[in-house]
Amino acid sequence: MPDMDILLILPIAIPLVTAIIGMFAWRSRRIQRYISVVGTFGILASGVAILFAILDEGIIVTNIGDWPAPFGIVLVADLLSAIMVIMAGLVGVSVVIFSLASVDELRRSFGYYPVVLFLLMGVCGASLTGDMFNLFVWFEVLLISSFVLMVLGGEAFQLEGAIKYFSLNLLESAFFLTAIGILYGLTGSLNMAAIAQILPTIEQGGLVMVLAMMFLVVFGIKAAIFPLFFWLPSSYHTPPVAVTTLFSGLMTKVGVYALLRVFTLIFTTETDFTHTLILVISGLTMFTGVIGAVAQYNFRRLLSFHIISQIGYLIMGLGLFTVGALTGTIYFLIHVIIAKSALFLVSGVSNMVSGTYDLKKLGSLYRAYPSLAALFLIPALALGGIPPLSGFWAKLALVQAGLDAEAYIIVAVSLIVSVLTLFSMTKIWAEAFWKDSPKQSDEDIQRNRDAIEPGRMVLLITPILFLAALTVILGIWAEPIIDVSRQAAEQLMNPDGYITAVLGGGVE
Amino acid sequence: MEVILAFVIGVLYAAGLYMMMRRNIVKLIAGLALLGYASNLLIFTISRLTRGKPPLVPLGASLPPEPFADPVPQALVLTAIVIGFGMLAFAIVLVRRVYQTVGTDDLDEMTATDA
Repeated sequence: MPDMDILLILPIAIPLVTAIIGMFAWRSRRIQRYISVVGTFGILASGVAILFAILDEGIIVTNIGDWPAPFGIVLVADLLSAIMVIMAGLVGVSVVIFSLASVDELRRSFGYYPVVLFLLMGVCGASLTGDMFNLFVWFEVLLISSFVLMVLGGEAFQLEGAIKYFSLNLLESAFFLTAIGILYGLTGSLNMAAIAQILPTIEQGGLVMVLAMMFLVVFGIKAAIFPLFFWLPSSYHTPPVAVTTLFSGLMTKVGVYALLRVFTLIFTTETDFTHTLILVISGLTMFTGVIGAVAQYNFRRLLSFHIISQIGYLIMGLGLFTVGALTGTIYFLIHVIIAKSALFLVSGVSNMVSGTYDLKKLGSLYRAYPSLAALFLIPALALGGIPPLSGFWAKLALVQAGLDAEAYIIVAVSLIVSVLTLFSMTKIWAEAFWKDSPKQSDEDIQRNRDAIEPGRMVLLITPILFLAALTVILGIWAEPIIDVSRQAAEQLMNPDGYITAVLGGGVE
Repeated sequence: MEVILAFVIGVLYAAGLYMMMRRNIVKLIAGLALLGYASNLLIFTISRLTRGKPPLVPLGASLPPEPFADPVPQALVLTAIVIGFGMLAFAIVLVRRVYQTVGTDDLDEMTATDA
């Protein structure tokens, strides 16, 4: 089926081509702007097309260069991959539109837009590949793009954050490479489906367990799970807010995606140990993350700690390892990417009108700028898990799955963390929106707001409005999304379907 | 030969991690480079070390004559070297810029983003 083959290449080819056009149009900022909007919408559209194609006819596989499956590189799209591509498109669209009005001339003149597209290409590639080494390459693609975005602008603060971000992520790549080497030595294959078939027959169980732990550490650094998250809160608040939004929406989530993939497809033999460990880590991750958030007085740093806390919820579903739990995880993934991106963008706008991210210096925004306050409140309440917004259903699904699996401790922890999440959101509300600003009068804020030209204002507010509306829609019409999440979870829990789709029966 | 290389790889990992724990950012980058070399060598060793025996399949057979070195890991190492080179080039420029703008090369003094 040639049309299907093209379909899986699109989410990689569209950002690549548009980024290259952007690079050629180095001096024409206008072409770069248009082309990046086109590129991100293209990713979104191709993701939706892939999703419907999978719903129609199951997992799609493309052999690159027509090399048969275990020998060449394959692209595989199951529902989880399709959801990741769609989320990359959604975040990409919102961030690029927000960037049109918020990123300064210096950054734009050094290829900001093409690098954003390269990063999105890395995310799509990592979500679609069915080959271990290819996954490493895509990780490097998105890493190097994220390094460039992190340092672009070259402020001292940014560079300091970049050193921390850079060194821990490079450490992760070195470990990843080592783990791939040992995996290849054990199984003689790099194709994930073939590895999944061969690994249970390997007799050196100890070595397999070491490998599982190596992959947990590698993807754990990427996903910022409990003892490995320190790079995140010391770097994410340093670049411009559009870049922070892009990172928070996608970088850690790619790590979660890789964990989901590897621990449902490949390392499933000793779930008593591995998945229980993941469950314990998930509890610690959500708790330490939210405790860190409660203590913060910087808008963006507080939200950065929240990213960690939410990663805990995401891998809680993986630790429980049932269809219901993974349904919760996948729905949570969709919810958190949307709600978190909206909150970061709101923090960016409040910085523009008040000139600071410091919660102690912010204030009066509710009185001076009520529409922004409403746009903050919707995703904030969704994150806290207030019905009928999206976060409520996500947490409900996870808690229900936890109760079914009789994992009462993790359920209790997740509920306590949920209350603390709500508490830290009310803290932002009270400090930034409710209390009187210590420095500015309402007129100052309104003057700053009116100083932004109407055209720019539309570009700033539209993506936030779009994301906030999505959280509401996700909550009110939750059923179709939960249905798709359940199907995606069923695909993950029955890896035979994935293996047959890739290898067509078995390894010769 | 494998045993010697195993020791070399172990020493490289240890040296890389040790360098990463130093406070100087130049040593940090050197440590990262050593870690990269260690993992490349590891993959290279996993493909078996056989000299002068190209893994060519003779006419009519389905496997090259034993012993042969698996060419796939060597291709992986080549890719990894190229990627590592790019990362290292970026790292060196980053370190230079950090030293210029922050004014120190001591990691313990870079605490502005942690407050």
